[in-house]
Amino acid sequence: MAKEKTIRVKVNGAERRATVEVRRNLADFLREDLELTGTHLGCEHGVCGACTVLVDGEAVRSCLMLAVQAEGHEITTVEGLTTPDGDPGPLQQAFWDNHGMQCGFCTPGMICAAAALLRENPHPTAAEVRERLSGNLCRCTGYQDIVASVLAAAEGK
Amino acid sequence: MKAAAFDYEAPASLEEALALLQARSDDAKILAGGQSLMPMLNMRLARPALIVDINRLPGLDYIRVADGQLRIGALARHTAVAKHPEVVRGWPVLAEAAAQIGHDAIRNRGTVAGSLAHSDPTAEHPAVLAALDGEVVARSAKGERTLKADELFLGYLTTALRADELLTEVRLPVLPPHTGSTFVEFAPRVGDFAVVGIAAAVTLGGDGAWQDVRLALTGVGGTPFRARQAESALKGTRPKAADIAAAAAQVAEAIEPDSDIKASARYRRQLARTLTERALTTAAERAAGQGGR
Repeated sequence: MAKEKTIRVKVNGAERRATVEVRRNLADFLREDLELTGTHLGCEHGVCGACTVLVDGEAVRSCLMLAVQAEGHEITTVEGLTTPDGDPGPLQQAFWDNHGMQCGFCTPGMICAAAALLRENPHPTAAEVRERLSGNLCRCTGYQDIVASVLAAAEGK
Repeated sequence: MKAAAFDYEAPASLEEALALLQARSDDAKILAGGQSLMPMLNMRLARPALIVDINRLPGLDYIRVADGQLRIGALARHTAVAKHPEVVRGWPVLAEAAAQIGHDAIRNRGTVAGSLAHSDPTAEHPAVLAALDGEVVARSAKGERTLKADELFLGYLTTALRADELLTEVRLPVLPPHTGSTFVEFAPRVGDFAVVGIAAAVTLGGDGAWQDVRLALTGVGGTPFRARQAESALKGTRPKAADIAAAAAQVAEAIEPDSDIKASARYRRQLARTLTERALTTAAERAAGQGGR
């Protein structure tokens, strides 16, 4: 029973192969092994939501999943939510335009959680946005501009 | 905040998983959704030598109705249960309980079976299992047994499941016609652990009187509290606001909650009373309208 395992994972559209310690969580795998440091780690026990990524299109806390569990799945991080040219995607642009961030630590998790919401419900109400982002903590903004950013992205502004 | 080292196996068949659990029953932990186990590993509150990841087991994510029961496989996630059309139609209490667990990202991974096996005293599903007189199937290499809620839940984070057993299926009975059910809880913010919650299912007879009443609370002790005295006090009479209020007061009297960092015992009693009243009112309205459920 090895303490290491080689895994194949599709991350932001590209096949990645790596040998990881089996105890490595998905967040550390993304940050340390793949150098995708857009995914942030706050509490590391599933409370703050900063590490939220998309697994097969669904929002998941990457600190609460092992890297080896991602084998065969598709991961999308905040880096994968840009336009094909690498410019900010609609949600990212909306956060920029609406001042949806201050320090930016929670932003990748917010954007991934919001992306999952908009996929399922392209025109949410402000209350629905608040409910869906309730698992993502922000210590700066008071959330007003984050909610405004998600609503603006939904309206295509 | 990183897990201690462990061995890891992701068996591809149930037999393989059960054999591993039998061989390593002294130091193995089962990983399903991981929404309770992973934080415990990260904080090193749990340091198992072996993680048996059951997520690669085929065909265990089912939600189906068979032989008069709703059957939920070990890998059915809260999101799938909350949105399943048959669950929404036939077991609103379960759909509503699943929808109130944590946040979207938690519900996408966490499982009903895992929640029952973990037995958190403020978890939603244990109260649903207790209220509906459901049962769980525990499989081991030696065989299979079923356990009812009062056999399964022994206390705070403690169940009767043996270390070599895997909780493979959750079974809830089909609710009779003219049954209304609901799950109501209070948490300070959306997605927080509930302070108190209640699962309610009531059946009205042809005369409009309470024929069956089932109430189970979470967050008022180490295991779900089945409010049998209040249930029987209502039976046989027609739903009246004054009787519902009296039953709610009785529930608040009967429970023996503790005070902790989240709430005082007195506050928990008040919540139990208010939530019981709301749950009974909603369940009775649903039972009376559209043939119930």
